[in-house]
Amino acid sequence: MDEILAPFEGIGKFILKTIDELGSLVIYLWESTLSIFRYSINFGNLIDQMAFIGVDSFYVVGLTGLFTGMVLSIQSYYAAKIVGVTYMIGPTVALSMTRELGPVLTALMITARCGSSMASEIGTMKVTEQIDALEVMAVDPYYYLSIPRILAAMIMLPIMTILCSLIGIIGGYIVYAYFLGLNHATYIEKIYQYMKLSDIYNGLLKAVFFGIILATISTFKGFETTGGSRGVGRFTTQAVVLSSVYILFADYILTSILF
Amino acid sequence: MIVLERLTKSFNGIKVLDDLNIKFEDQKITVVIGRSGGGKSVMLKHIIGLIRPDSGRVLVNGIDIGTLKRKELNEIRKKFGMVFQDGALFDSINIFENIAFPIRQHTKLKESEIKDMVYSMLGDVGLSGQELKVPSEISGGMRKRVAVARALILNPEIVLFDEPTTGLDPIMSDAINNLIISIHNKFKFTGIIISHNIEGAYKTGDVIAMLYGGRIIEMGSPAEIKNSKNPVVNQFVTGSMSGPINFNII
Repeated sequence: MDEILAPFEGIGKFILKTIDELGSLVIYLWESTLSIFRYSINFGNLIDQMAFIGVDSFYVVGLTGLFTGMVLSIQSYYAAKIVGVTYMIGPTVALSMTRELGPVLTALMITARCGSSMASEIGTMKVTEQIDALEVMAVDPYYYLSIPRILAAMIMLPIMTILCSLIGIIGGYIVYAYFLGLNHATYIEKIYQYMKLSDIYNGLLKAVFFGIILATISTFKGFETTGGSRGVGRFTTQAVVLSSVYILFADYILTSILF
Repeated sequence: MIVLERLTKSFNGIKVLDDLNIKFEDQKITVVIGRSGGGKSVMLKHIIGLIRPDSGRVLVNGIDIGTLKRKELNEIRKKFGMVFQDGALFDSINIFENIAFPIRQHTKLKESEIKDMVYSMLGDVGLSGQELKVPSEISGGMRKRVAVARALILNPEIVLFDEPTTGLDPIMSDAINNLIISIHNKFKFTGIIISHNIEGAYKTGDVIAMLYGGRIIEMGSPAEIKNSKNPVVNQFVTGSMSGPINFNII
């Protein structure tokens, strides 16, 4: 009997663990949000984090956008040529980038680059008692470490998404006009014709949510870190994996609601 | 005055503090001695509110800190300075910024005033000229000195030292003990030192308390502890293998 029930026990434990973790995350986000109202925002710290998430991520996000747009253009060409609608390549690239790939790929790249750094930095501070030192010095670690990162991610993700999408569209244009030798003007003209402002706004709204998700999970995992240097590695991996999964999950939910 | 009343704390079913009672007198240095893993650091973390007790109270100037909200607790914490066992210095900023950190967080002093305070404190702890180094570039003894400087920079009423000489050679240990005595004479704080270094305890402590089995089993002047008739205290201070201390007890 026990053998029959064992898989269900495993599933039950997984569900309970997920709910427990989700609950802890929500409480953590709530605590962090409250600390905004308890203390004034440290703008110096916020700007440092915005530079780290934004300016320092420009190349990786830009390259991701560029190659994604170029690949999209080529792939769309093969399909569009069959049915004779190559003029639709522009809107296909632009809509894919602004509605979907721009926000998601930007979030995933920034999770890999900055989320891992947030988790490992805070995790190292945790295992070396630097977080305790902050508390002892009457500095709220949520206020000092979480809030600047969460706010910076909220602000910078949409900006980086705009860059990613724009560079992606340009990449698509380069392939369309120069490699495939199609009409330059059609690419831009059809984008204007088929793309609505709401496509851009909704994509940026997604980016705001992705920013909150990646920074909250990454800093949360940093604070959860135990077990010395191995623990830092383990929790950093968890931060990246969990952030990526939640971003993709949230993407589905938001796409269902917004579009 | 800091008072711990009937403090009890367990971790994973193991009682680390068991009905612990102790009073720390103002402006005196109390050294709490006891075996490694015996709950000394846990007691210290209760005093500063990093750990909440299972039962019992921690009173700081008559206020039960276990009942305080985070912001109220932070107000109490401004009265404290703490020197962590491994320093707990911020490893991504230099020594100057480590020491200046509490000033920047809690005051609106001008940069020139901050510089004056930090350089003066660096002189007090014997680290003049080292301010631009980062923690990874300095020795263990220097890190302890920086930690002491950071703890004292806002002139707190109470300073907690978590094993300030652990991991240091005897000469550096003595230098840290001398530093604690000299800064105590200058700043007149209430000091609580956690240690298992008996010679250091005799030297720095006005009062010595022995923590064993989760409670304070004896408290008195260094001379009283040295001549204690309590076999546990006697075994500990003489460092003898034979005696009532069970080596399996945490």
